[in-house]
Amino acid sequence: MTTFDLCDGVRPLNACLHEASAKSVSVVNPAGRHAIAVGAVAAHDVSIDGNVGYYCGGMNQHASIAVHGNAGPGLAENIMSGRVHVHGDASQYCAASGHGGLVVVDGNASSRCGISMKGVDIVVRGNVGHMSAFMAQKGCLVVCGDAGEALGDSLYEARLFVRGDVASLGADCVEKPMETAHCVQLDSLLLAAGVTDCDSSAFRRFGSARELYHFNIDNTAAY
Amino acid sequence: MVDHNWLRESATFSRPVIAEIERAARTGIYDIRGFGAKRHVPSFDDLVFLGASMSRYPLEGYRERCDTRVTLGDRFAEKPITLDIPITIAGMSFGALSAQAKEALGRGASQMGTSTTTGDGGMTPEERRHSTHLVYQYLPSRYGMNPDDLRRADAIEMVVGQGAKPGGGGMLLGQKISDRVADMRDLPAGIDQRSACRHPDWTGPDDLEIKIQELREITDWQIPIYVKVGAARTYYDVTLAVKAGADVVVVDGMQGGTAATQDVFIEHVGIPTLPAVRQAVEALTELGMHRKVQLIVSGGIRSGADVAKALAMGADAVSIGTAALIALGDNNAVHEAEYNKLGTSAGFYDDYQDGRDPAGICTQDPELASRLDPVEAGKRLANYLNVLNLEAQTIARACGKSHVHNLEPQDLAALTIEAAAMAGVPLAGTEWVPGKQM
Repeated sequence: MTTFDLCDGVRPLNACLHEASAKSVSVVNPAGRHAIAVGAVAAHDVSIDGNVGYYCGGMNQHASIAVHGNAGPGLAENIMSGRVHVHGDASQYCAASGHGGLVVVDGNASSRCGISMKGVDIVVRGNVGHMSAFMAQKGCLVVCGDAGEALGDSLYEARLFVRGDVASLGADCVEKPMETAHCVQLDSLLLAAGVTDCDSSAFRRFGSARELYHFNIDNTAAY
Repeated sequence: MVDHNWLRESATFSRPVIAEIERAARTGIYDIRGFGAKRHVPSFDDLVFLGASMSRYPLEGYRERCDTRVTLGDRFAEKPITLDIPITIAGMSFGALSAQAKEALGRGASQMGTSTTTGDGGMTPEERRHSTHLVYQYLPSRYGMNPDDLRRADAIEMVVGQGAKPGGGGMLLGQKISDRVADMRDLPAGIDQRSACRHPDWTGPDDLEIKIQELREITDWQIPIYVKVGAARTYYDVTLAVKAGADVVVVDGMQGGTAATQDVFIEHVGIPTLPAVRQAVEALTELGMHRKVQLIVSGGIRSGADVAKALAMGADAVSIGTAALIALGDNNAVHEAEYNKLGTSAGFYDDYQDGRDPAGICTQDPELASRLDPVEAGKRLANYLNVLNLEAQTIARACGKSHVHNLEPQDLAALTIEAAAMAGVPLAGTEWVPGKQM
């Protein structure tokens, strides 16, 4: 186990995580610093004790990163693979444009959670804010609580599962039936996220109506 | 019999205006096209150089050296880029352009020791392989964005906006979304793909500073980070880009091209390149960062004279897009018959968004794309870049400069009051700069 005290800045930590050999890393005194544990390239096991600022776990590849605190904006942005798990709340843009891997938020996630997501799976045990999954392309967003306004606006092929209330749906986002394959997929995600107090039977599924896939002058009222 | 002497065309409702009204009434949708602004705007054509005379003496052409090398991004990056010529290739996406065209751009730029740039949609292996210096655009859509390509790049260009459409996103229409393009963008093939106008995970200059810090951490502070803005509030945008930590600022004037956007956007949003250069240099100078943060200017650069004028006004380098495509073969009269079938003519073709480019450049159609030989087209681009460089050197020597960067505003005069005001150089034959105390 290697310990990094971020009173010395994030550079030594990130340089270590850019090495190909997997390591077990403990991070102390994060104090809301930005760009903590970004660009990891190997199956490191990273444990961060405290709150993190912007972009923690950004562009992660293979590493498993646990934040024992809250996360600032852009948690795990553009994550490619691996896992980022926040045990508190996450601010806006959680997992923005993520291409793969799993992001788990034990608390709530703010607005635009999963914006532009491209294959990442996101499980939020609490609520998500407005405009979540905006222009989401691929992957799954699982919300165990409620979703704010304009969920899934301008959605592409991402799948959205919500257990609680949805304040409103965004343009071209519609509710779709939960079929067996969706239940299997959702239960698998809940299991992977460590969610044991509910299962897929309590969720609704939302996806794209695919009405806006081709620019059509008759649809301008939707924008 | 019509007596044409009595036909008086309206300046307000000219024939092109009437045609556009008729088109709008017929279709109910605005015109989407490629290329850049076609209207006349004050430009580098409105400036001239004051060659050497009694108070300056020139350098001997073909004998005395005039350097053109430029280093970009030495503010923070461990590995700044050094280019042989101060003319780079602007960002243009695989998707908007064929793979052959992207390869040709890389080949031509590399032959001349300069850089080319990716675009929306990510980095292709072809362009990486054929580009000695490759700048990786970091765009709002994040299509194809991944840390491996980021680290493979020689620089990162954070795109905030572009001159053709500052404040606008993009739309790649379905006919250009081949399976390969769709796969790179993580979207279904054949659908219209919207490129966002805002980045998904930052808003404003304070966030940008943090975002740049993240990119530097991911790339271990090795490569330069550019910030590209469309010319609008250029003085403030450049100031904020420098504050956010840019190594290089790219300012793209309204003449800058695009693969597809609304005509009304291209022609009516943003300011011309000419005043944008002056505002950018003023911002850098006031911050004490001129030549420390490099300035790249683009938007309507066509000739060595344009290059020299931009440098004289204080730019460190220029970037070309539309001109580079023309050098590859875009709008070439050899395709006239096919342009006619599309309802246009060589020299006028701007429907890049349709994907039916007879020159095989702005297309994903395999048959059309195969028409462009990347080796031959790359050679044409290299020839063209060479001419631009030679022309810029010719002018610099005539002004007595041993490096093109030694050109200065005092070497310039303006032919119009508008250009004098915008460029901040005297009206020819006077000491008068509109807006400045004599």
